[in-house]
Order: sequence, then structure tokens, then C-alpha cells
Amino acid sequence: MFLSDPFETLFNLQQALDTFRASSWLEASPSGGGAYPPMNVFRKGDDFVIITEVPGIEKSSLEIQVKDNTIRIAGTKSVDYTEKASLHRRERLSGQFDRAITIPVRIDADKVKAECHDGVLALFLPRSEQDKPRSIKLT
Amino acid sequence: MARTHELTVQEKKELAPKEEKTVPAKYYVPNADIYETDDALSIVLEIPGVEKKDVSVNLENDVLRVEGRIDFSKYEGLEPVYSEYNIGHYARAFTLSDKIDQDGISAELQNGVLTLTLKKSKAALPKRIAIK
Repeated sequence: MFLSDPFETLFNLQQALDTFRASSWLEASPSGGGAYPPMNVFRKGDDFVIITEVPGIEKSSLEIQVKDNTIRIAGTKSVDYTEKASLHRRERLSGQFDRAITIPVRIDADKVKAECHDGVLALFLPRSEQDKPRSIKLT
Repeated sequence: MARTHELTVQEKKELAPKEEKTVPAKYYVPNADIYETDDALSIVLEIPGVEKKDVSVNLENDVLRVEGRIDFSKYEGLEPVYSEYNIGHYARAFTLSDKIDQDGISAELQNGVLTLTLKKSKAALPKRIAIK
């Protein structure tokens, strides 16, 4: 193969994400679409994973709550400069955010896991056992 | 006083490269703050998802080039169902003036934020002129 594999994974992922972004204006979107933080939702087997970018936000200033199948992410992002600094360029924004997203399946709220590494927050939402489809055996 | 305004989403800017890339993947321009103190210039870049080992900072011909690479193996086995932003590597370059001590550059990565501290050269430090 001329193309190495990791690049192809990357390209395919980027394309897959783009197709969602290209034509989503007519589709149903989660509550507070377009709100901070922007999120991507993935499916992993039966479970769901929400990944969102929160660079510069301390774990201690993030609050995550789960109720039924709604997840709320709230927090504050602060951008601090040292004293007596003169700004040449300012692109990073600071402020508060509060967002809720509803997942169309039932979630096992006790087993929700959240990880935050390098400014990326990942929420692992296991689908509740009662909600999983059952396969019917033919007799 | 607490700042109470709402955070808004900043759409990622795709990098328009000067050199053509040989791979079809997208690169993004990280948001940056640049500020100056008495003895140093600081560049703060947001590169969420990039690990310490995947950051490269290069200085060549007065151009400071920062690149952060995402480890895409973490996304294996994940099937996208809804998306609001795209994922890609980050790249941005800054042209430095000769007022920077090019040997005194340090970098720190925390919570997806890369802080580059560029010490000013001795010649550029403010001098106080005593009046006789």
C-alpha cells in the first residue's frame, strides 16, 4: 500500500464527521445545538460516547450531571494572563457554559464514566440493560 | 468580579498551507493568545486532544513552527452518529523578531493548552537611563 494506514483512518473519520456537518440543518439536533462546548457523539457497540473539546478548563471547574437520558455539562472557562502583560493577540474566549444533551436511548446513569485528558472530555454512556434489543430465537 | 457572559462556539479554522501536504487529512489552526511581559513574549495555543509526546516546536530561520498531532487510534471502534466539530492535527507558524533570545524558548502543555515562553534578548530589554 502506498498510503499508510493511520492516515486513512484519519481521512475516513474526518469525512464521516463532515457528512454529518454538511447537511444537518433539517435534521433534529440535540437541545442547545450550536452551544458550547461543541460535541461529537459516537456509538460503540450498544453504548454511546460523547466527546467534546474543553481546552484550558480545569477538571475542578467542570460539572457533569446525568438524569434519565439527559446529560448536563456546565462549567467556567477562564483565560488568565500574568500581571502587567500587554496583549498582542487574543483569540481564546472565556466565559461560562451550561449545556444539556438528550440521548435517544435509556442510559444506565450509575455506570456513566467521564474522563478528561489534554483538554478533551469523554463521557461513556452505557445503554441500560432493559433498553437493549433482545434477539428472539426461532423455534 | 465574576465574568458571567456565555461562552460561544468558535468554529475551527482550516489551515491553508503554504506547502502542499502529501496526505489528504485536514489540519486546523489553533486559537492563540500572544502577550508580552517585561522580559518575555508568551504564545498560548489551544490544541485539545494532543499529548505531550505529539507536540513539536521547531525554530528555523526565525520562524517558530508548532505542530500538534492527534492520536487517531483512540477513535477506533467508534462510529459517529452526530457531529458538531471535526478533528484534525494542528499547525501554526509565527515569525519571530530578532528581539527574541532564540535559545531561551520553553514550552508547557496543560489541559490541552500549550504555552510557549520566549525570552527577550538582552538587547531588547528596557533600559533605564539615569539622568546626570
